[in-house]
Amino acid sequence: MISPKNGKVVPIVLDGKDVEVPEGINLVEAAALHGKEIPHYCYHPQLSVAGNCRMCLIEMGTPMRDRATGNSILEDDGSPKIGWVPKPVIGCATNVSPGMHVKTESKNVLDCREGIMEFLLVNHPLDCPICDQAGECRLQEFATDYGRGYSRYVERKNVKPKRTRLGPRVTLDDERCILCSRCIRFCQEVPKDDVLGFVDRGSFSTLTCFPGRELDNNYSLNTVDICPVGALTSSDFRFKMRVWFLKESTSICQESSAGCNTTVSSREGEIFRITPRRNDHVNDSWMTDSGRELYKSVKSSERIYSARIKNDSTTSDAALLEAIQILKGKSLGVVGSCKSSLEEQHLLAQIAKKTKAKQFLRGHFGEDDGILLSADRTPNLRGALITGLTKTYPEDHLSALSLAIQKKKVNAIIVVGEDLLDSKVDQALLSNIPVVFIGTHENKTSRIAKVVIPSLTVFEKSGTFVNRGFFAQAFNQVVPGPAGVLPDLNILARIKNGLVEDLEQSADINLIWDEMSSVRNSVLKEVSFTQVKKAPVLLNGSKWSDLPFVEKDALHYQSSGKIRVKG
Amino acid sequence: MIKKNTPKERRIILKHADDPKYSNRIDCYLREGGYAMLKKSLKMKPEEIGEEVLQSGVRGRGGAGFPAGMKWKFLDRKSGKPIYLICNADESEPGTFKDRQIIHKDPHQLIEGMMIAAYAIQAKQAFIYIRAEFFEGAKILERAIEEAKEKGFCGEKILGSKYSCDLVVHRGAGAYICGEETGLIESLEGKRPNPRIKPPYFPAVLGLYQCPTIVNNVETLCNVKHVLEIGGKAFSEIGKPNNTGTRIWCVSGHVKKPGYYEFECGALTLGEMIYDVCGGLLPGRSLQAVIPGGSSSKILRADERFSGKLKDGTEFDWGVEDIPLDFDGPMAAGTMSGSGGIIVMDDSVDMVEAMANINAFYAHESCGQCTPCREGSLWMRKITKRMCDGGAREEDADLLLSVANQIEGRTICAFGEAAAWPTQSFIAKFRDHFEDKAKNPERKKSSLQLI
Repeated sequence: MISPKNGKVVPIVLDGKDVEVPEGINLVEAAALHGKEIPHYCYHPQLSVAGNCRMCLIEMGTPMRDRATGNSILEDDGSPKIGWVPKPVIGCATNVSPGMHVKTESKNVLDCREGIMEFLLVNHPLDCPICDQAGECRLQEFATDYGRGYSRYVERKNVKPKRTRLGPRVTLDDERCILCSRCIRFCQEVPKDDVLGFVDRGSFSTLTCFPGRELDNNYSLNTVDICPVGALTSSDFRFKMRVWFLKESTSICQESSAGCNTTVSSREGEIFRITPRRNDHVNDSWMTDSGRELYKSVKSSERIYSARIKNDSTTSDAALLEAIQILKGKSLGVVGSCKSSLEEQHLLAQIAKKTKAKQFLRGHFGEDDGILLSADRTPNLRGALITGLTKTYPEDHLSALSLAIQKKKVNAIIVVGEDLLDSKVDQALLSNIPVVFIGTHENKTSRIAKVVIPSLTVFEKSGTFVNRGFFAQAFNQVVPGPAGVLPDLNILARIKNGLVEDLEQSADINLIWDEMSSVRNSVLKEVSFTQVKKAPVLLNGSKWSDLPFVEKDALHYQSSGKIRVKG
Repeated sequence: MIKKNTPKERRIILKHADDPKYSNRIDCYLREGGYAMLKKSLKMKPEEIGEEVLQSGVRGRGGAGFPAGMKWKFLDRKSGKPIYLICNADESEPGTFKDRQIIHKDPHQLIEGMMIAAYAIQAKQAFIYIRAEFFEGAKILERAIEEAKEKGFCGEKILGSKYSCDLVVHRGAGAYICGEETGLIESLEGKRPNPRIKPPYFPAVLGLYQCPTIVNNVETLCNVKHVLEIGGKAFSEIGKPNNTGTRIWCVSGHVKKPGYYEFECGALTLGEMIYDVCGGLLPGRSLQAVIPGGSSSKILRADERFSGKLKDGTEFDWGVEDIPLDFDGPMAAGTMSGSGGIIVMDDSVDMVEAMANINAFYAHESCGQCTPCREGSLWMRKITKRMCDGGAREEDADLLLSVANQIEGRTICAFGEAAAWPTQSFIAKFRDHFEDKAKNPERKKSSLQLI
């Protein structure tokens, strides 16, 4: 793992060039910082070093010192004499030291790489045409770079099991496995679920699960991601799509407040898989298995594809006009959502502010796994705090709304996504109150709402989530939304414009950011959407440090130490 | 060939090995003055024992020949972590059978040597890691430890002193790689014996359970006792400078009297060993090749000559018979004395078949952790097997050599060299045999079944 100690740098000589690299990093990382790739299979920056693939062999030497005096030994020309290590060393397990000399392109090094490549391929099935990894396979890539281009192997290849079910989501092709042990180390070190190991010896070594166990932890699919070859495959994605046809878009996982950075792969408007994207401050290179399933909601049978007025289908335009009509002049109750983007929450909060509506918000909570599935099962609760959609920490129900209706303080409701009937609000109370429902999927509330306006899922729009560590992270549109469905920002902007006599509200995300960041004392001051899109921005959340956040200590996250009291 | 003044064996370690009146029980050992050195050592300072061992110049008898006293010096004593001592009794190098003799015939000598060493390095716990196949040896050692404990020679408060160190026997499960010290440590921790990467896992710093650990061979640890008995300085005068003490040579193969023989280092040459000590070759046979230090050392061809300069400056010009049996002699001849397993091959041996058997061993025993050794050893096995089965090609010799070259120096542990050296040396010295296979692929009727 890269851990530059106190930001110190040390000088090394990389292929004859003087360069500076952070202290304490290994040679694979150091070379990468200067645009030199040292090929490797078993090394992974976020796992312990195994050093078994031997692909990263390089030549290394250090300045020689006189044993007796400790003085440097010099060449005739006055330069320090370099004591080259007689055997090649592995870059992944060799840390930089001042004055170290490294050769990554010498004849000897290239010979090592060619040799290792040949060895890795002699018992490899070479079934690339039917392999899911083809196109994103390290073995293919380095074979292109360092393969000799011909085979000297005339013996029979080893035969191993071709389709082993390691767990409910992971399938193993043992013949393709190059025994790098990344998956084993991952299971030991990240989910701390030691279930994988090798049996048998030598070239017959075979990856397998411990007897009576399965690879069924919620992080099992990360083993597929880090598998440098096509040995571990996702049972869900297996044989579905050639990866070179996939368009990759960056997104943020909406499963919980952990806010894993993700890459969503799609082809022709259809999503095929979600994989984690490296972010060393948030999720390293990991995400949950459950988070990868979320794309299936896009094509769910419960998806709302068209607007409705009193259960009759209509256009979104007509539904919007109807909604504005029934909401206008009423004592509004606005039910926001912690699953909405920061920008949407801002518009909703503005609607509430300008119409003097009452604001309601519920949280969704579950078990915290202490890694990347946090107890707060919404991606943007902190966004609701920042935008002023709520001042208090939300409960997991809307009893307050129920009370407000009973006291006749609310006589019309806009609800974004939430199910009121599932949140301690009695259906009888809603019988005389018009409800405008904006959402993506049907629930009990959408079925009784006067007006239903369909909106877009996370994959069909862009926006920002603020995760548990107060990182503002942007997600991008992956696929187009269903025909006729308006983006949430447009829906909210038009409702605002219909209800409030004010300057015309724009639905442009950059302009909304301008508005948000110009609010006095906003933690978004001097932050723009362009910036957030470029890289996650850490916001100052100290204002809310007294709130009873439910998240436990986890990967890159320290809880405030306060425990939420149920009630 | 027969010389008149054949040097006499000098038995230090195996002094009582073949004495019919000597048993492996403690009464017998005590009667012969056993455990006196342990008593003596407990009165010394631990560092003093280390100094004696360093001064004696005793080199490791497991194969690498690294000075034992130096190894002890590398021990990280500042970490505050417990220190462990492990006796490597995983004697698995083909052609080697010396440690078994010690364990079977004089186990208390090993225990005494170990307890002295343990005290010298201030070990908290000592282990004897014994290979799975030594069923009897493990039983004998366990009984011997039991006996020693009853008499207070190991365990709590040894001989009434403040020093305590328990000693246990741990049996392997039958893998050659467990003889590699970091593989052994992994195995002792209950894991697959995959050798560790060095750096950072040097046993003297991060060994067993990530604590400083010393791993010594059985014969080396026995020598510790004799160093104390004889004195470091006096011990260093046995044998030759830099090659001190005696060595047990295990001679096998086509000689009349194979067996174990203990000589002072450098007291005799390879030729004297084969022709005088071991009674020479079988009638009508001539010497073809010798593997001088266990199957992984490089083979010597009978008609080879070696010349050059030794470290001390003396020039040499040797035939195979002239190579002195010590550490540096075989090294000067481009091979090594390794574990002392001398394998003699006469002209009845088909060198390709011999190679096939050696390759079969290394392919079977490669742990499979790192790529070159895992894939290379099996590939070499498949090539030599095919050659012996009638499928030899002219280019196979070059291919074998190239595969071996791709393994050597690129692996995690020394097993890579162990697997590559035989092939490299066989091809270098018997290339004609390999090339001939392509022309005459038929197997000889006298050929034995391959492994």
